[in-house]
Amino acid sequence: MALLEVQNIHTYYGKIHALKGISLDVDEGEIVTLIGGNGAGKTTTLNTICGITPASEGTIILGGKNITRMRPHAIVAMGVGQSPEGRKIFTRLTVRENLEMGAYARNDAAKIAKDMEFVFETFPRLKEREQQLGGTLSGGEQQMLAIGRALMGQPRIMLLDEPSMGLAPLLVRDIFHIIEYLNKEQGTTILLVEQNAHMALAIASRGYVLQTGNIILTDSARHLQENEMVRKAYLGEN
Amino acid sequence: MVSQEANALRRSEPFIERLQRFGKSMLRSPITLVGTIIIAVIIVQALSNILQGEYDFELFVKQLMVGLAQGSIYALVALGYTLVYGILFMINFAHGEVFMAGTYIGFFAIDAMNKTGFLEQHTLLSLLIVFLVAIVSSVLVAVTLERIAYRPLRNAPRLVPLITAIGASTFLQRAFVGLFGSSPRVYPNVHFYILPQVFHLECNAVDGVETCLGMDLVSGRYPLQFLGIEILFRPFYLVVFLAAIAMMATLWYIVRRTKTGKAMRAVAEDKATASLMGINVDSVIVTTFVLGAALAGAAGVLFALYNRQVVPTMGFAPGLKAFTAAVLGGIGNIPGAAVGGFFLGIVEAVAPSLLNIPNQLENVIAFGMLVLVLIFRPSGILGEVLTEKKA
Repeated sequence: MALLEVQNIHTYYGKIHALKGISLDVDEGEIVTLIGGNGAGKTTTLNTICGITPASEGTIILGGKNITRMRPHAIVAMGVGQSPEGRKIFTRLTVRENLEMGAYARNDAAKIAKDMEFVFETFPRLKEREQQLGGTLSGGEQQMLAIGRALMGQPRIMLLDEPSMGLAPLLVRDIFHIIEYLNKEQGTTILLVEQNAHMALAIASRGYVLQTGNIILTDSARHLQENEMVRKAYLGEN
Repeated sequence: MVSQEANALRRSEPFIERLQRFGKSMLRSPITLVGTIIIAVIIVQALSNILQGEYDFELFVKQLMVGLAQGSIYALVALGYTLVYGILFMINFAHGEVFMAGTYIGFFAIDAMNKTGFLEQHTLLSLLIVFLVAIVSSVLVAVTLERIAYRPLRNAPRLVPLITAIGASTFLQRAFVGLFGSSPRVYPNVHFYILPQVFHLECNAVDGVETCLGMDLVSGRYPLQFLGIEILFRPFYLVVFLAAIAMMATLWYIVRRTKTGKAMRAVAEDKATASLMGINVDSVIVTTFVLGAALAGAAGVLFALYNRQVVPTMGFAPGLKAFTAAVLGGIGNIPGAAVGGFFLGIVEAVAPSLLNIPNQLENVIAFGMLVLVLIFRPSGILGEVLTEKKA
């Protein structure tokens, strides 16, 4: 049984029908990627899983439990961590406080301290800036903080929304190395949303292609990389 | 960054050029010009009064003490406005009534204890009970308000909860008038004596043996000489000031250091992202209302212990002035509310006789000052700190 099962969800923004029956699943220990153009519904899919834009139809099941109607903070407590689009760092909280917020739903102080150490080991830059306000970090550092903050919740599944957005190519490679490391060495299950389909498919095991609120294609990452349509539309090849 | 460079540039400018630029900016904005003229008139008036000997140091010290006590009350209530504004970007205009509700219901507690003699026998315990009753009452009113009047409107345009708040304010005021009548009720005269061994005060000689009760912290007034002046010192003003400082320090600690306080700051910045951290946004907002209401309830009892009279309309003026204080200090900014409160309290106490204007005009002073501060510093006294942090 899959860790996360999304079955036929529909989500509306006011009158806009943003998700028109999305179904996907993510197995324990996988990296699954959602690719697609602007406005395809990638971010809405993640926000619907997290309960921020609740689904009006369909079901979302995490580890066998139905979380469709739960409120965001309860869903997070169930083990869903998100590094949101645009990073959404708390600019007026210090780096350390941002990470503490990531662990808000937890009560095991000793384990939290250990995880904090782990985040600082993974991202030494954050350790250097521990007492700085989040708003003073560079884009790359903010992305590291957003991922670190999501990790602090010890999620069973981590939703990463556009971790490459606005970053220099070298930094993008670093961030993807870290995502791969978290998956391979730490066993973190990851649902990755990316416009940079090239990078995403390189580290994912499977992928879904979204277009205007529908899944139009799903396959193993390798097959998607070789797919004619995907190459044209999302990998920028002719 | 840009503003820092501009500041550095400004600092290196010679004085004359800065003056010229100030002059130019005044010509461009007539309001600044009017404000400057008013401030100049105030300074001249104050100086002439001081030089003519109509205002002296003794009077100043007396008024400063009253001003600090009154300012403490404004500051404590102002914190409630600023906390809620900081997290919901809404002015809770019913906060003055939250202050009133605690004070008014506290009256029933202290009155009952006074009538049974419990207040006289166990003064400290009675006072603690009154504070507890007032704080709990204020908190209940505030939490109910949030649940019924504000939460359903959280995603409405910002004007809507503002109007609801004004409605809630009138509703609470009228409800108390309806329930308890509009005639004033009077807090009993509380005597709380401390340290008879140290302070040989309130002494009675019976058969040649003198027994002293000590210093009456609440109602006592004692002549005190220092620096060549003599004033009638009221210890309670100092108590109010110190209590306010202690409460503000506690609030500061909660907001800066505790998990709940950090969650409050996270929610203030971004509610959706805060919920992604597993923070229950609703309960954090309730906590914010609870903190503000607790401060207002405590401030209410302090206020009633020296002002004595309580009426259902008593929340209006202090509420409006505390709101003024919060704006003066920079709304949303916690130290700002404290600074604004003390500033307003002191100016209100000092200004009438310093400027030789009738006492009845103290409200004119309070709100006139608000206008002046907003002309010169639209973001409030400490407002700039906030914007720098935001940037």
